[in-house]
Amino acid sequence: MHAQQVTIQNASGFHIRPAQLFSEKAVLFQSTILIKPEGTTTVADAKSILNLMTLGLDKGSVITIEAEGSDEVEAVQQLSELVLSGFGEN
Amino acid sequence: MTDTKSTSEKRIVGLGVSEGIRIGKAFVYHPVKLEQIAESKAELPEHELVRLERAKSLCIEELNVLVEHAKQTLGEEKAAILKGQVSFLNDPAFYPPMQKLIQNEQWSAETAVLRTVKQVAGLFESMASEYMRERAADVRDVGSRLMTLLVGHQGARLTDINEEVILIADDLTPSDTVQLNKQYVLGFVTRIGGKTSHTAILAGSLGIAAVLGVGPAIETIQHGDELIIDGSTGECVLQADEATKCLFAERMAREQAEQESLKAYSSLSAVTKDGFSVEIAANIGTPQETAGLLDKGAEGVGLYRTEFLFMSAADMPSEDMQFQAYRGAAEAMQGRPVIIRTLDIGGDKELPYLALPEEMNPFLGYRAIRLCLDRRELFLAQLRAIIRASAYGQVKIMFPMISGMEEWRAAKALYEEARQQLIAEGVKIGESIEVGIMIEIPSAALLADRLAKEVDFFSIGTNDLVQYTVAVDRMNEKVAYLYDYFHPSVLRLIKLVIDASNKHGKWTGMCGSMAGDPLAAPLLVGLGLHEWSMSTSAIQRIKQTITGLERSSCEQLAERLLELDTPAEIRAGLTAFLQQN
Repeated sequence: MHAQQVTIQNASGFHIRPAQLFSEKAVLFQSTILIKPEGTTTVADAKSILNLMTLGLDKGSVITIEAEGSDEVEAVQQLSELVLSGFGEN
Repeated sequence: MTDTKSTSEKRIVGLGVSEGIRIGKAFVYHPVKLEQIAESKAELPEHELVRLERAKSLCIEELNVLVEHAKQTLGEEKAAILKGQVSFLNDPAFYPPMQKLIQNEQWSAETAVLRTVKQVAGLFESMASEYMRERAADVRDVGSRLMTLLVGHQGARLTDINEEVILIADDLTPSDTVQLNKQYVLGFVTRIGGKTSHTAILAGSLGIAAVLGVGPAIETIQHGDELIIDGSTGECVLQADEATKCLFAERMAREQAEQESLKAYSSLSAVTKDGFSVEIAANIGTPQETAGLLDKGAEGVGLYRTEFLFMSAADMPSEDMQFQAYRGAAEAMQGRPVIIRTLDIGGDKELPYLALPEEMNPFLGYRAIRLCLDRRELFLAQLRAIIRASAYGQVKIMFPMISGMEEWRAAKALYEEARQQLIAEGVKIGESIEVGIMIEIPSAALLADRLAKEVDFFSIGTNDLVQYTVAVDRMNEKVAYLYDYFHPSVLRLIKLVIDASNKHGKWTGMCGSMAGDPLAAPLLVGLGLHEWSMSTSAIQRIKQTITGLERSSCEQLAERLLELDTPAEIRAGLTAFLQQN
């Protein structure tokens, strides 16, 4: 299992477009990938747009990206980078 | 409301939002509603799984066709919303739970869809952000699409329309209108909706007669009924008796004769009897509205409201997406001017993804150019998109809500920066782009003599200019009586602006509703207004009015009217003048 904590950078959080980008990337990995927002017991499937959107995250929210599988390290690294890039928003 | 006469004739009254009398067959569109489906158990779960799978793949197929169709007719942003629905169908939190409900609890496929949609939509509804709450509608939309396919084609489908009909519906969503074969639709009658609804705007731009908001009385209209509707009075008549039919046929003939006589003006230039020539342009909100503009007599686009592009998208439209829209409008107008107004958001127009805080006085607050100058990246992206589109037509840029010289200079500097960036990148751009400002704040009108030295043109937005000059909120019914563009103070400001532009060899246009009012025409000719931009439906009538005028007598009239004390006296003066001429 591999995990990393990141902070949401973009203003709109997981609106449709960022959620779509994120889940589309997550689907590319074989690993099971979970998103755990800090301070809650909620767990979301990184491959589900609906899960991601209904987390209600916005700028400044801290999440843990947790992956388990053959490509877990790469998955966590690439998804973290995507979050930190702010999904191309300004 | 319904009242029955001595015969079986029935009348329904709603809001007339798009004029025209139409007689035709009712086409009742009733998509399957989720809440109408009763829960049921499955006899053969295996069978239900197959049905669900079939409905899902049909649904994806249907959506993919709609996405392509939407890209061409409604633009990228509408297409993106439909694309979002495809990803919902493929989502692990949407489809697999439906399968589980069938497999583990033996529910029917319909019930599985119903329960899952309710549960997911409920999640969105409980969220704090308004944007997310609104996404519940997207989930329901895809849910009822799936349900319609599951229960089979019970009701009439929009794609089935293949003869002239009057379309009857509770409401029409943007995804409904993508499927419409618009050439066959004579009119719309809907249960809900007002003057600014999506359906009203669509009807206006396509010239489809429309009566909206008729309420529960809509249920008295049956599929296939013969129906008469009047889009100006809001009347709908069912099972009309002979006398009524004659009456409407006469009204329709009169209306058509008038339209015919006005049609002649679409190909004429707006020139007064003594040779003063003005430019007549149209206001648009989407590039699609340019269709048919030239036929209706528009000589350009005087106001392209770019905010609709931003308001109809779920996220900030990218520079490329904007470029496609602006380029589309520029190309459609075939070298005639297209004035693109930069983002006028804030006030009553919100963008969910910008998450603007609520304000005490939104109309005096953080909006339009104020917001754009603060959000440089957003503004630069829009300016770059507009400048890129200038390679494909005669594009002009206009900044909204300019209150003084600093804002103009700051906006112009950003325009220059965007232009230099594109030149450095070797991107193809137009040779010369006129850059002007809206005059809608009195402080800018009073400063017009200074501003005229630097801007290429002014465009007077009378709607806001009246609101800010008379300090009246026109949405507030209690004070709406004060809202009048014939207020002498407003007229003085208009004169000041036109005179200032003429003095410096620039020009002034007008894109508020005053420009489309035939009663105002003699006054505006008298003041020397150069460019008039209005809703497409007003163009022919304004051309008719202007060609009947003489500039010299209009000038004398304007001088006399500016000496009057009240809007009522000015209106009376104009009415008398038009009757004599």
